[in-house]
Amino acid sequence: MHIDELNELAEQIRTQHQSCQHCVRVCMAASCQSSGADDVLKRLEDAAPEGDQVQVKSVGCMGLCSAGPLVEVRSRGDDQPIMYQHVESQDAEEIMGSLGDSVVQRLECPTSIPFFQRQQKIVLENSGIIDPEDIEDYIAADGYSALVEALTESSPAEVLNEVNLSGLRGRGGGGYPTGLKWSTVAKMPATQKYVICNADEGDPGAFMDRAVLESDPHRILEGMALAAYAVGANRGYIYVRAEYPLAIDRLKKSIRQATRKGLLGANVCDTPFSFDIEVRLGAGAFVCGEETALMQSVEGERGQPRPRPPYPAELGLWGFPTLINNVETYANIAPIVRNGGEWFASIGTERSKGTKVFALAGRIHNTGLIEVPMGVPLREIVEEIGGGVPDGRRFKAVQTGGPSGGCLPAEQMDLPVDYDSLREVGSIMGSGGMIVMDETSSMVDVARYFMEFCMTESCGKCVPCRVGTYQMHELLTKIAAGKGTSADLALLEELCEVVQMTSLCGLGQTAPNPVVSTLQYFRHEYEEKLIRDEFVDMEQQTEEMEAVS
Amino acid sequence: MSESKKITVATTWLDGCSGCHMSLLDIDERLIELAQQVDIVYSPLVDGKHLPETVDVGIIEGSVSNEEDLAKAREFRRHCKYLISLGDCAVTGNVPAMRNLFPLDSVYDRAYQENVQHNPLRPNDGVPALLDVVKPVHAVVPVDLHVPGCPPSADTIWFVLSQLLEGRVPNPNEVTRFGA
Amino acid sequence: MIQTPTPNVRVVTFKIDDRDFSAREDETIIQVAWENGIRVPSLCYLEGLSVWGACRLCVVEIVGSPRLVSSCSTRVAEGMEIRTDSERLQAYRRMILELLFSERNHVCSVCVSNGHCELQNLAQQCGMDHVRVPYRNKVYQVDSSHDLFRVDHNRCVLCSRCIRVCDEIEGAHTWDSKGRGIDTQVITDLNRPWGESDSCTGCGKCVQVCPTGALVQQGTSVGEMHKDRKFLPYLSRMRDAQ
Ligand SMILES: Cc1cc2nc3c(=O)[nH]c(=O)nc-3n(C[C@H](O)[C@H](O)[C@H](O)COP(=O)(O)O)c2cc1C
Ligand code: SF4
Ligand code: SF4
Repeated sequence: MHIDELNELAEQIRTQHQSCQHCVRVCMAASCQSSGADDVLKRLEDAAPEGDQVQVKSVGCMGLCSAGPLVEVRSRGDDQPIMYQHVESQDAEEIMGSLGDSVVQRLECPTSIPFFQRQQKIVLENSGIIDPEDIEDYIAADGYSALVEALTESSPAEVLNEVNLSGLRGRGGGGYPTGLKWSTVAKMPATQKYVICNADEGDPGAFMDRAVLESDPHRILEGMALAAYAVGANRGYIYVRAEYPLAIDRLKKSIRQATRKGLLGANVCDTPFSFDIEVRLGAGAFVCGEETALMQSVEGERGQPRPRPPYPAELGLWGFPTLINNVETYANIAPIVRNGGEWFASIGTERSKGTKVFALAGRIHNTGLIEVPMGVPLREIVEEIGGGVPDGRRFKAVQTGGPSGGCLPAEQMDLPVDYDSLREVGSIMGSGGMIVMDETSSMVDVARYFMEFCMTESCGKCVPCRVGTYQMHELLTKIAAGKGTSADLALLEELCEVVQMTSLCGLGQTAPNPVVSTLQYFRHEYEEKLIRDEFVDMEQQTEEMEAVS
Repeated sequence: MSESKKITVATTWLDGCSGCHMSLLDIDERLIELAQQVDIVYSPLVDGKHLPETVDVGIIEGSVSNEEDLAKAREFRRHCKYLISLGDCAVTGNVPAMRNLFPLDSVYDRAYQENVQHNPLRPNDGVPALLDVVKPVHAVVPVDLHVPGCPPSADTIWFVLSQLLEGRVPNPNEVTRFGA
Repeated sequence: MIQTPTPNVRVVTFKIDDRDFSAREDETIIQVAWENGIRVPSLCYLEGLSVWGACRLCVVEIVGSPRLVSSCSTRVAEGMEIRTDSERLQAYRRMILELLFSERNHVCSVCVSNGHCELQNLAQQCGMDHVRVPYRNKVYQVDSSHDLFRVDHNRCVLCSRCIRVCDEIEGAHTWDSKGRGIDTQVITDLNRPWGESDSCTGCGKCVQVCPTGALVQQGTSVGEMHKDRKFLPYLSRMRDAQ
């Protein structure tokens, strides 16, 4: 396929779409599905009039998960769609009856609120709009144009250059410059190279990657294909956790669709470039999201990390150079190649470019997925987009970065969110989980919760993480139960440092972060729980030595 | 050196086999040298059965296994300026702590029922109650020096004591280890 | 793979603890250190087996880098300045050893390996003379089902030397591990008793590489030093009958 043909096809599909008067979109992402979107969709389809006047479509995540099931109505001629929240199946007839004429006010979800207005969508631009199971919908939204154009008109080096210019950094947590990683793999002289998409998303409370995979799977395939072209790989793997059956299903479907259209497989677009993608399932171990463990798992071994260097770029799958990036990283690639790296670099902050998807959870009004430009202040995310803390309670802290991250107090709320600023104050961007806590949360409990997660998810290979997380968890449990002493707290702090500094992989190295950051900002909460111990609190006896001699 | 300038030492055994104390006696003729510099004011080895208000050096053998051990360890810590854990039982829990792998009830049953032919009965007074978990001394009170070994050899003990008498902090790792 | 010597390797110069050294660039820090008598502690590294990098005792500082690296898995490089024994490293190593001793039931005084144990020696070498974290006191099994050998999980430090030697040298792959985190344990075959293993060749390489008293030959424990004197009355009876 040539780019002109693709554009023509896109135009055709768009015209088809335009023939319908009202487009009714039903969010069928996992969250809305679990609150009954299936039934809503069926009833809407049944209630829809014959003919192509009304089109009922299942689409991906619309973001405001707490208000699901969500239904959106877009009528031709209206530039603002109408959104309905908490829709139940018995509302279907009423919605259908109102089309083109009125609004079902009782269900209306105002889209003028900051939750919708303050977002800027690149990664999620198609999410909630296109039918994820229909490749034509993706093509109509300019999908695959970046790939086809690159294959037929640019060299791999040119693609690489755009990614470099974009300043994109890895969205899997580490924030490593994507262009730099790609260049390293591209420079390796090997004949065989691999591309991997890390879709193991295991942080508790994080579902950004799932939303992308479920709502816009072709975007990932296109990003991976562009990556493969740029670095010279011909095989790709998507490592998805088995707990995401819908995402797996959609990825497999999309791979078949794209292969049938000649956008994947042998000689893509009649060029020498061939690229096959296979989906591999993870069995739910958090550590398998760590890149070296992930590769072990793909190879069929026990998923345990190994020391780096050598990095996957040098020594990856089966010993070959391997590019491994996160879902959201790949999701940014097609727009970057399509619109140019400079366009992307114009969004965000000095050292963190583009947008970031966050999963808002916890004590906050609007829970769900949001995408904002890098550099937005925390306060704006929590108070405006998130709608603040409900039930008149007071905000206490926001946890970013999941079990590898930290808790930031109210004083840090004006912090612009980017990789470096978060790190400076003792947290990390991580993959994008954001949990808001109010005054009722105990920070010792929060730290203990995350430590329990790391303890159970430790692979057991290295000593500091295997035993250190266990011992830190014991100490936190003791302190939380009001039985700890100042000596226990001191030991906990010492363990934090040892585990951070000596653990083999990122899991252990970051496991103490929630403790360290809660100690940094909420130390008094620990100290209030300590008990006095006559012996522990007595002066250390070192000076007594002189008395002895 | 006048009597009053002598360094006072107190020793005790908690849950142990008294082997460490035997090892102390094994320093042989060096005992005489020791006696010139220190006064053993309280010990299973001497007559004094009252722990003075302040003692320069306290030496504890054995692990903390029952209420009495706990009270004794605390008493030593209160009265001794410098506290030494002597031997693996005091330092790690060692053999006495191997009962930690069994529930306390089954430990009692084993000792007072299963192996007793005549009138098996669990005592409820006269014998201090066992603690749930046997612990090393430093798990209940701060300890200033740890001397591992099962038992630490006489030379080890002499090394530690003579260094202390010379005003140095000995490093027992130079001469002993766990299980030595 | 890290250790495979490649042709045309360069020789690089670098510093370990302020002493100048030169070595092939495909050598690891621990190799150079040990060759030159610098005792970087380690439990999982063993010359001849693949690099595992798990005990973390061999972590060292590289001047100019905020991160510590394990010296078994890191190659020397031109101009590298390595510190193997700073106070900070010593403290970390002591804590790692404390964690190991707290994890299982290492009662040295009643261990068959008492006096021949790398863990015990490392504690002494690194100055770890007491364990500040609570002992876990977890019950572990002893598997004596094999005719020749025994595994005592109480003493295992999960260094994986047995797994690697069995897989990489003997080629039997009898050993592997099960569970994760603190519940990890070494197993024979698919977690069957060692004595019932179909794959074990009885070569004993695992016993030889085990750093602790976890893998031992049968008949070496104190309890097994029983005397078999049943032959005596028999012999004397037979003689009397002559
Ligand atoms: C314990 C652990 C879990 C991880 N889990 C994930 C994950 O679920 N998804 C992911 O993309 N990266 C995860 N990572 C980061 C990966 O190792 C790797 O850095 C990332 O996939 C690289 O992609 P990027 O450069 O696009 O961020 C994890 C890292 C660690 C240490
Ligand atoms: S840090 Fe934890 S998860 Fe990572 S290798 Fe060590 S034990 Fe495994
Ligand atoms: S049995 Fe021995 S060699 Fe095997 S992992 Fe345990 S300590 Fe290491």
